[in-house]
Amino acid sequence: MNTPSKTSDMILLVCFAAAVLAGPIIMAPFGAGYPDLLQKFAIFGIFAIGFNILFGLTGYLSFGHAAFLGAGSYTAVWAFKLFSMNPIPALILAVVMGGVFALIIGFVSLRRSGIYFSILTLAFAQMSYNLAYSVLTPITNGETGLQLVQSDPRWIDTAIFGIDYGSVLPSSSLFGIDMTGFHGFYFCAAILILCFYVSMRIFRSPFGMMLRAVKTNQNRMNYTGLNTRPYALAAFVISGMYAGLAGGLMAVMDPLAGAERMQWTASGEVVLMTILGGTGTLLGPVIGAGAIKYFENIFSAFNENILMGFFSFLPEGLQHAAVSVAGLFVGEGWHLTLGVLFMVIVIFLPGGLMEGVARIGRLFKRKSGDDGAKTATVPAE
Amino acid sequence: MGTILKVQNVNKRFGGLKALNEVNLEVEEGTVHAIIGPNGAGKSTLLNTFVGRLTPDTGSVMFNGTSLLGIKPHEINQAGVSRVFQTPEIFGELTLLENVMIPAFARRDGSFTLNAFSTVVGETSLQQKAMDTLSDLGLGEKANEIANQMSRGDKRRLELAMCLVQEPKLLLLDEPTAGMARADTNNTIDLLKRIAERGITMVVIEHDMHVVFSLAQKISVLAQGTVIAEDLPQNIKGNPKVQEAYLGGAHL
Repeated sequence: MNTPSKTSDMILLVCFAAAVLAGPIIMAPFGAGYPDLLQKFAIFGIFAIGFNILFGLTGYLSFGHAAFLGAGSYTAVWAFKLFSMNPIPALILAVVMGGVFALIIGFVSLRRSGIYFSILTLAFAQMSYNLAYSVLTPITNGETGLQLVQSDPRWIDTAIFGIDYGSVLPSSSLFGIDMTGFHGFYFCAAILILCFYVSMRIFRSPFGMMLRAVKTNQNRMNYTGLNTRPYALAAFVISGMYAGLAGGLMAVMDPLAGAERMQWTASGEVVLMTILGGTGTLLGPVIGAGAIKYFENIFSAFNENILMGFFSFLPEGLQHAAVSVAGLFVGEGWHLTLGVLFMVIVIFLPGGLMEGVARIGRLFKRKSGDDGAKTATVPAE
Repeated sequence: MGTILKVQNVNKRFGGLKALNEVNLEVEEGTVHAIIGPNGAGKSTLLNTFVGRLTPDTGSVMFNGTSLLGIKPHEINQAGVSRVFQTPEIFGELTLLENVMIPAFARRDGSFTLNAFSTVVGETSLQQKAMDTLSDLGLGEKANEIANQMSRGDKRRLELAMCLVQEPKLLLLDEPTAGMARADTNNTIDLLKRIAERGITMVVIEHDMHVVFSLAQKISVLAQGTVIAEDLPQNIKGNPKVQEAYLGGAHL
């Protein structure tokens, strides 16, 4: 692996930022240019980037990251209820809470590695989920989920800024800019770009190199004078903070939090996103998150009528047969499609979608021969 | 020159097996000290008590006047003890350069630093140091290759480079020439001689008598967990106790 230069990293960052900010235009032809879905792309992108710092670099596979996501959401909603509808304090508190949760769970879980670590994190997350559902109802509002109500104090808003929301339920606003629609998306996009930049810095730093060493050979690390535990724990806490931030952002876009955000399916989803996109790559997790959320949106919206139209070229008997088979893979059953997609990727592209991109890149390089090497040096100017 | 490593009355039991029995050993600073003995004599067990992998049941292991017992492996390394393993322990998925930079960072920054604000590429002086060490061991041209793709001999040299970049006070080598062809063995002997000339104290466990007698200034012979002889190489050859234990009476 060649060490990427500073310039190539800057180009990657600029391209990434441009692609994210131009998201509404790029995604429009695919029927995904509307803010609600784009926000989802960005939020899950942040979640997956953080997860990748743990899984991609240190190799510790956590099955409990949804706990931090949920903790972030609850914290952000409480911040809205108690302090202010401004997303900034809510997000800061969500990040802190995600980090604190990760510190506690990571401290215990990192005593084990491999499958035992995964099971421990899964157990902790399910525990958090069940607690949120039952015992902690005063904090989480149990089954109904935590929501804003008119009687919320919102001390900072009322006492300092003297804002009176009247009888309508407020939505979060950044110094007067409502966090809905495209405003909300651009807010998420800015944070996504920042998160991507931080992750890039970690990947290129000595700390990131140590994390990759943790993945490769912990024994050698110990005999090299390095304490592996704090390195793994630091990675765990950082990824927990990313998850907390993502959870907080969900609450900013839609100020309610439910326990199902902590469920194991949500933890599993971020694992799928990271592997699908390309574990240990910078861009992979974001692409994986986008791909899964996009296909979820497309396939779950399909219904029998659309399928009937799609297969209308077939004779009637075959049309019904085709629709009943295809019907299993869409709508409620879209997870079946996800499963098939995931299997195909893992079998043929073990490095995820990013490996596919790299393979295509290599194909072009081989064709152009030396030209590739010459053009690669040009951006240095 | 004083004693850098002092082992006194070390005992270690594995169930009913007495792996180490009242072992005493003194390694002089700046020398090469070889530990030889038949298979199962307790050589590797003894080495493991130096690096924190095993704790003896009784006895003491002192390095430069401080006890090494009950201290974690990374702390022992930070005190200046580096170890080469019988099967190379390297960072297989990383490049050779990264493999050597990691120990260099460990020596400079200690056992843990949240160094996420600089870049590896920007650490030019450490990178230079790692490159120099690699070139010194003839691996300079392969610096950007992945360690797992190296031959076994290159992996051994890489592990040695990882230890040397830390400028250890004591270097422990567990069978550095095991499984090597004669030519490679001779190269390794020359390499270890050069390292010894820099004044790095070495403890070498070795089966190959050719290696032992070309390198060591002092030899300890271990048999069934007991040191049966500790002497200069020329005296070891003629020691009847050694011949008895090591070769069943045959001449070395």
